[in-house]
Amino acid sequence: MSNNLRINKNNFIDQTVRISFKFNGKKLFGYKGDTLASALLANNIHLVGRSFKYHRPRGIMTCGSEEPNAIVQIGNDPSLTDPNVRATEIELFEGLEAFSQNCWPSVNFDVGGINNFLSPLLPAGFYYKTFMWPASFWEKYEFFIRHSAGLGKSPTKPDQDLYDHQYAHFDVLVIGGGISGILSAKLSAEKGLNTMLVDDKNYLGGSTIYQDDNNFKINNENSNQWIKKQIEDLKKLPNLTIKNRTSVAAFHGYNYLLARENLNDHLSSYERKGNIRQRLWKIRAKKVVIATGAIERPLIFSNNDRPGIILSSSIKKYIDYYGVKTGENISLFTNNDSAYETAISLNKSGVKVKVIIDIRENSNSILSKQVERSGIKILKGYTVIDTDGYKKIKSFDVMKLSKDGGSVVGNKITYKCDCLGISGGWTPMVHLFTQSGGKLKFRNNDNVFIPDENKTPSKQISVGSSNGDFELDDVINNTVKNIKIFLGLDKNDLENLNIKCSKEKQKRNIWLLPSNKPISKTKPFLDFQNDSTAKDVKLALREGFKSIEHVKRYTTTGMGTDQGKLSNMHALGIIADTTGTNMGDLGTTTFRPPYTPLTFGAIVGRNVGKFFDHTRKTAIHDWHVKNKAQFENVGQWKRPWYFPKNGETMHQAVQRESKAARESAGILDASTLGKIDIQGEDASEFLNRVYTNAWSKLAIGKCRYGLMLNEDGMVYDDGVTTRLAENHYIMTTTTGGAANVLSKLEDYLQTEWPELNVYLTTVTDQYSTMSICGPNSKKIIKKIIPSLDLSDESFPHMSFKNSKINNVNCRIMRISFTGEHSYEINVQSNYAKDVWERCIEAGKEFNITPYGTETMHLLRAEKGFIITGQDTDGTLTPSDLQMDWIIGKMKYDFIGKRSLYRSDTIREDRKQLVGLLTDDPKEVLEEGAQLVESLDKPIEMLGHVTSSYFSPNLNKSIALAVVRSGKKLKGKKLIVPMENKNINVTITDTVFYDKENKRLNA
Amino acid sequence: MFIINCPYCGERDQTEFSCGGEAHIERPKQPTELSDDQWAEYLFMRKNIKGIQFERWNHIHGCRKWFNVIRDTSNDKIHAVYKMGEKPPIKSL
Ligand SMILES: [Zn+2]
Repeated sequence: MSNNLRINKNNFIDQTVRISFKFNGKKLFGYKGDTLASALLANNIHLVGRSFKYHRPRGIMTCGSEEPNAIVQIGNDPSLTDPNVRATEIELFEGLEAFSQNCWPSVNFDVGGINNFLSPLLPAGFYYKTFMWPASFWEKYEFFIRHSAGLGKSPTKPDQDLYDHQYAHFDVLVIGGGISGILSAKLSAEKGLNTMLVDDKNYLGGSTIYQDDNNFKINNENSNQWIKKQIEDLKKLPNLTIKNRTSVAAFHGYNYLLARENLNDHLSSYERKGNIRQRLWKIRAKKVVIATGAIERPLIFSNNDRPGIILSSSIKKYIDYYGVKTGENISLFTNNDSAYETAISLNKSGVKVKVIIDIRENSNSILSKQVERSGIKILKGYTVIDTDGYKKIKSFDVMKLSKDGGSVVGNKITYKCDCLGISGGWTPMVHLFTQSGGKLKFRNNDNVFIPDENKTPSKQISVGSSNGDFELDDVINNTVKNIKIFLGLDKNDLENLNIKCSKEKQKRNIWLLPSNKPISKTKPFLDFQNDSTAKDVKLALREGFKSIEHVKRYTTTGMGTDQGKLSNMHALGIIADTTGTNMGDLGTTTFRPPYTPLTFGAIVGRNVGKFFDHTRKTAIHDWHVKNKAQFENVGQWKRPWYFPKNGETMHQAVQRESKAARESAGILDASTLGKIDIQGEDASEFLNRVYTNAWSKLAIGKCRYGLMLNEDGMVYDDGVTTRLAENHYIMTTTTGGAANVLSKLEDYLQTEWPELNVYLTTVTDQYSTMSICGPNSKKIIKKIIPSLDLSDESFPHMSFKNSKINNVNCRIMRISFTGEHSYEINVQSNYAKDVWERCIEAGKEFNITPYGTETMHLLRAEKGFIITGQDTDGTLTPSDLQMDWIIGKMKYDFIGKRSLYRSDTIREDRKQLVGLLTDDPKEVLEEGAQLVESLDKPIEMLGHVTSSYFSPNLNKSIALAVVRSGKKLKGKKLIVPMENKNINVTITDTVFYDKENKRLNA
Repeated sequence: MFIINCPYCGERDQTEFSCGGEAHIERPKQPTELSDDQWAEYLFMRKNIKGIQFERWNHIHGCRKWFNVIRDTSNDKIHAVYKMGEKPPIKSL
């Protein structure tokens, strides 16, 4: 079978370029310009997939983004395969391989098809009802559901394609390149406005471009000829950007839109190599024109889902645009004039339409009369009641409608066919309008929701059929008239065109067509992708669901990847009919972005791998790498974690580093600590207000540890601040807190205390910090700066000196986070690596040992120093941390002070920081482990471990924990229950090592 | 995503700003003289209105200045932007 359904006269398919492709492993060919769907139809392949619940055979039903059935997997490369692609949208390319989804083992023989025969057992809410009970069976149900259902397969390897983001600013964005979009873009660009026109197809002109019929004329030309000239003119306009293959996915507030441009999905893998696959446009437009068109509605009757049942306008596009006959024996079923256009197109291409079933009693349009005259049989006031055929439609039954349209009368007539076109009128594509916050109004005479121009949130306008104008004359006249007002245009040559349109608007709407059988014996599908029927909706209403949002979720109507583009209106209509409500009062369900699915690749763009987030490295980073540091991520920073030697484990390295730091000398890169330069005549007063302790009396050249709270009294950050001069301080913050502390301080300065003359500048990156600790630290500093007086009298603990190392200015603070005698050297970052290397060189004879964050944590835990964010979690006051000494009781106010004596913060049974020793000194607790007093059930949780290490300097395990009423419980035995053992611990003081602080001055 | 007219820089994308919650809640001058309830009123109670809300915003990825915004939270329409310390240009809507 090879392209026997292809006709040879058309302008859009290049029949000189043959393209071979595979569908379910079978080699086929089509032509340049085909979509996968048109090529499959040309090969007489309708059956492309199985439905989600009943696994019913399903065929190509449409020619666009609303396609519910023809959803395929493209390719089978584990990193490039693409699931859930609509065959109606993907352009054919050489080597394309497509596979049916949702069928096993094959589309022609499907195991799940048995569900079709079980369908009486699978009603609305089936998933909720069946899989609810018993709960223990859920895993089995889930396995069953996942195995037999599923929409495509995700790639298993990382995506190798490139994606791009681009920002764009335009005066006017026109969405949709059909006739109304073309005219809008032309008027806008001619006015000199910077305009962008996007269309999701690879051509412009919408359905007008293939409307070659003398029933539709503009200025005495067939409409396709006229629009072609308009497009040629359009392309010459300099201030117009046209993007084809670009679909707007989201319309946010303030005219911010996201559009995805497909750059190479239509190319063969050879042509794609190395190029960008998709570009996500982030567009701000001063004004937006929505010209997204309309989608034809299906008709709802029993077994309306068989392969070969296709929307009438799609049949027309397949024949007129692609030159593909969707069948040899086609009939049409309609409630409006659109099907007659299709009949004329088919006739012209030599396909005889057997019969047109029209539920209207009559139509007086020129078009329908012309069809009637051509000899096509028309059954007026009739309806299709059922169809037959399994993998393809074979026949359909019709009966006469009663006068009120509520039932059928007379005898059943059966017609054979291989394709049935259906047309239920048109639904404006208002998705983008409502996404932007626009509200819809209901037009009763033809049952459509259209944009309410009085409830439009931003500078935008809907035109053409997306605004409810479906006929050529209305589309052109209203578009030109409304765009003229919208853009403030003068008179233009698109006004007063001579338009001939031979259609009539008259339509007879019956949401659910009657049958000769009771509804329980019929299968009138509403949502083809999710297999929900009109029966399901009625059942949901009987079971008490009233809100349309609930009915939608209960029946899953409109919840597929097509977002119910075909099904929503009918579902609403049936609800309105059944409940006796006006559709306008019922409203619609919410349309959410994206309008058509977006790839994750397009969303993330280039922000993958090492570009996912910034990486911050200290100025000494290269030295750490060279010396085999293992790194730890602290926020965006890479910090050395430990420096393993000769194949040491982490534990071994940390034990060695910790011992060396206490026995001789250790050196730490502390550059990541936040540093804020504070200047101004009120700097001291400012510090008084932000820290809990007193600052006014701190002498120049001295350092002080400070604790910062939130207004709720909880510890927020801590660090040492040094007074460099009368009105000049340098504050250090935790690594993770740096940015937030600066913002918080700025907030207070700008909003609460604008009277203070204080300036804050972050200098975290400008200065690097290295901390040298241990009993030999003094000797090392002496070697580097021989001139510096390091005596305790001249340079005591908690003081600072300016100095020079090899002519490099540095600030040296004598401060300690380890409890050892130690110095912190701060230098401008571009000298840091050199200074660091001088320290290492000078320290060689003392076995100076570089250590990382793990050893730092261990050493400070030995001293009971907290790490905010590890030992605190935003629920601990200074008192909870046993740090009452740092509260400036004499101070009138500071951030958080009032909260320290709220009824809740003065409770004695708050969780409080304590030390823990394990009865077995070798047993190291897990951080996060729970503490209990007794194992009798129910077990009461008293607190948890916040820090835990094996201390090589004490030769035992130590831990910090927060425990309810912990301050009073010193000496108490508690239990840490673990998975396979219970560990006995005793509450102790938080300081484990050198309680008298003798080593600071050693 | 909306556009905010920073009183110092002009119109910028929302992504450059961060919201600091309800505006015009002044930190009490004498917290120690407040009862627990009065302090709690300042500390915890914030409005979350569907409709017109007075908010603090910070041009955090720009000039880093704080200012006030009157925004309709139901549709993100911004009715006014004014500097810290200034009186709202609109009393109520
Ligand atoms: Zn600004």
